[in-house]
Amino acid sequence: MQSSKLGARVTRRQFVAAGALGSAALAIGCAAHEQWSWDFLSNAQARTLKAICDQIIPADDFPSASQAGVLTYIDRQLTRHYGRYRDAYRQGLEQAHTLSIKRFGRELDVLTPLQQLQAVSDIEQHDRTFFNLVLVHTMEGYYGSPRHGGNRDGVSWRMLGLADPPVLGRAQYSLTSEPGT
Amino acid sequence: MKRVNAVIVGAGAAGGIVAKELATAGLNVVLLERGKWYTANDCRKDDLRNQRTTVLGNAFGPEDEGNPRVWVDLQGAPHIALPSEGAYQNNAACVGGGTLSYGAQAWRYMPQDFRMRSTYGAPQGSSLEDWPISYDDLEPFYEKAEYEIGISGDYSGTPFHGLRRRALPMAPLPPNREFGILEPAARRLGLHPFHIPMARNSVPYNGRGPCMRCRWCVGFACEVDAKNGSQNTVIPIALNTGNCELRTECMAKEILTDDRGRARGVSYFDSTGHLQEQLADIVVVSGCATESARLLLNSKSRLFPAGLGNRSDQVGRNLQGHHYTGAVGFFDFETYDDVGPGASIAISDYNHGTPGLCGGGMLANEFIRLPIHMVDRLPANTPRWGAGHKQAMRDFHKRTIVIMGPTQQIPTAEGRMTVDESVRDKWGLPVVRFSGNVHPHTFEIGQVQATRAEAWLKEAGAISTSLMAGKPQLVSASQHQAGTCRMGNDPKVSVVNRNCQIHDVDNVFVIDSSVHVTNGGFNPVLTIMAVAYLASEALVRNWKGTGFRS
Repeated sequence: MQSSKLGARVTRRQFVAAGALGSAALAIGCAAHEQWSWDFLSNAQARTLKAICDQIIPADDFPSASQAGVLTYIDRQLTRHYGRYRDAYRQGLEQAHTLSIKRFGRELDVLTPLQQLQAVSDIEQHDRTFFNLVLVHTMEGYYGSPRHGGNRDGVSWRMLGLADPPVLGRAQYSLTSEPGT
Repeated sequence: MKRVNAVIVGAGAAGGIVAKELATAGLNVVLLERGKWYTANDCRKDDLRNQRTTVLGNAFGPEDEGNPRVWVDLQGAPHIALPSEGAYQNNAACVGGGTLSYGAQAWRYMPQDFRMRSTYGAPQGSSLEDWPISYDDLEPFYEKAEYEIGISGDYSGTPFHGLRRRALPMAPLPPNREFGILEPAARRLGLHPFHIPMARNSVPYNGRGPCMRCRWCVGFACEVDAKNGSQNTVIPIALNTGNCELRTECMAKEILTDDRGRARGVSYFDSTGHLQEQLADIVVVSGCATESARLLLNSKSRLFPAGLGNRSDQVGRNLQGHHYTGAVGFFDFETYDDVGPGASIAISDYNHGTPGLCGGGMLANEFIRLPIHMVDRLPANTPRWGAGHKQAMRDFHKRTIVIMGPTQQIPTAEGRMTVDESVRDKWGLPVVRFSGNVHPHTFEIGQVQATRAEAWLKEAGAISTSLMAGKPQLVSASQHQAGTCRMGNDPKVSVVNRNCQIHDVDNVFVIDSSVHVTNGGFNPVLTIMAVAYLASEALVRNWKGTGFRS
C-alpha cells in the first residue's frame, strides 16, 4: 500500500496528501473483490457513507474503514440488529450529500481528500447525532469481530499486535462462520 | 404432569446448587430455565455479540425481541429498555445463568459486610441493615462452594479477610504482566496486593482441564470448559442422580397457591409456548434479583393481592448492584500481554475503615481487553476519529492498565423495581420497571475509590491517567443485581428469613442474590452460592419425607 512509505506515525496533513495518491490505486484494487451491491444501501448512499467512514478511519499502513469491510458491516446490520437506524441513515446520508453539493458543488465521494475532511467535520458539527451513529458503527465494524463483515481477516487485531488465533493450536472455532456450522 | 417434591425456577448460580443439594438428598426436582443450554460454540470470539459487549445483542439471552423492561428517569418519565441496552440491567438467561459467561471472580465477603449498619450506622435516606446471618455462619458454605465449584487464587497476601479453615483448592494462575507491574507499586504504597480468587481451573480439577489463557473470557463461554459455573459442576451432578429433570426454554408465569395460602406449584410457558402446571411440595425461586422479584409480584391471588411475599410491600425494594469506578493509566512501555483472564491482582485495603466513608470496595485490574473497549478509553486529548485516533489505538492498546472496583452500594427503599402492568413481554407477563437512583453517599465513596486507583497507577509508572467515576441517573443492578427480597428476622422490613423461606408462605423459598441485605464490595457470585448451600442444608434438614414443615 502506498501510504506505508510514511512509516507508522503520520500526521493528518501528511495522510491527507498521501491519500490523494493512494486513492486511485485503491479504487482499482478494491473493485476486483469488493462486491458493490448492498442489502440496504443504494450505490449512491454507499459512496457517501464510504467517504465518511474513510475519514473516521483513514488508510495508512493499515487499511481504511471501507477497505476493512466496514460498509459491509453497516449495510448488513441495517437489515438485522440495526434495522431501527434505517431512517437515520437515509436522512443522514441525504443531508451529507446536500451539504457536500452546497459547499463544494460536487458529491462527497469525488471531493479531494482535504475537502472530504472539511465536509465530514461539517457533518460532525451540524448533524452530530447522525455522525456519532456512523462513528460508533465504524469503530464496531473495524475493531469488532470479522464475523459481521468488518475487520476483514482480523486486520485491526493484527494492527494492534494481538495474536490471532490467541493461543495457537487451541482455537476450536473459526472466526467468521455462523454458529452451528 | 407428575407432582414433584420441589420445583426450582432458574438454573443459574443458586438454582443449580439447590437442584444438586435437593436431588442428592433424594428429593425429586424439576429445574425450570427460561433460556437454553449454550456452549462456547454459540458465541465464538465475537467482540460485538457476547454477554459483556452487547452492541449486536446478548449471546446468552435474553433476546431483544419480546423481552422489554421499563426504567423511570429522575424526572419520572418511563422509557423502554431492550436487553442489549445498559438500562435493562441484564444478567444472562441460560443454563448456568451468569456463571456461563462471567469473568468468574469468586470472592468471599468480609465479616463487616454482613453487619454494615452496626459498623457504620445507616446514612440518611438509606435502608442500610445488617444481615441476620454472620460471616461465621456462612464460612463453612463458602468453603463448600470453593471446593465443589472449583476456585483458584490466593488470599494469603491480605490481612483483611475473615478467618478461613482451608486454603483455596487451586493455586492462582501464573501472574500476567500487569500483576508484575502493579504488585511492587502497591507494596510501595503500603497496600496488600494478592491473587484474585477465580472460579477457573489453574490445574486440572473436577475432570476438566486448566485455563488456556485466551482473550475470550469475560462475556464468553469458555472454549475449553476451564471456567467453572453451575452448568459444568452442580447441574450435571443433579441430573446424574436421576432425581432432577431440567426443562429449558420454560418461562415461569406465576406461583400457584391454594385457598389456604400455601403454594401448589408453578405455572409456566413451555418451549412451544403452551401453558403448563408443575405441582410441587415446595417452590424455590432462583431467577436472579430482578426476575425472582418479578415472579413474586406477578403471583397475585385473592390471598396475596399485592403478590406473593409482598404483604409488607418489601419485594423489589433495596435493589443494588455495584457502583463501578476506577481509573485508566497510560504508560510509555508495554503493560499488556493479552493473556487471559486478564484480571489478576487485587487489594481489599479500601473495603472498610476509611473515616467518613460507609464502606468501600476492592480494587483490581480489569479483565481481558477487547479492541472495541479501547475505542473510547484513550487519553483525553485524543481526537474522536481520523488518523490521530487510529494511531492512538496503536499507541495505547498495549500500554494501558485499568484499575477499577465494585463500590459497595448503600441500599435505599426507593431504589427499586416493581412490575409494569402496561408493558408485557412476549408471554404477556408484566415486565420489570426500575425507579430511583443510587444513594448519594455511594457516589462519594466511588469518587474516592477512583482517586485511589489513580494513585496506584501513577505509582506503577503511568505517564497520564483518566478517572472513571460516572454518576448514573438510574438505580444500579446489572450482573451483580441483588437485594430485592431482603433476608431478615422482621417480616415488616424483609421478605425471607435466614433460611431463605418467605415470611408469608412456608413452602416458598427465594434462594439467590435477591436475599442479599447488602452486596459487599466484591463480585457477589460466591456469596450467592454459599447462601444457596446454607439454605439448601436447612431445607433438607427440615424435610420430612412427604412434605415440608417449618
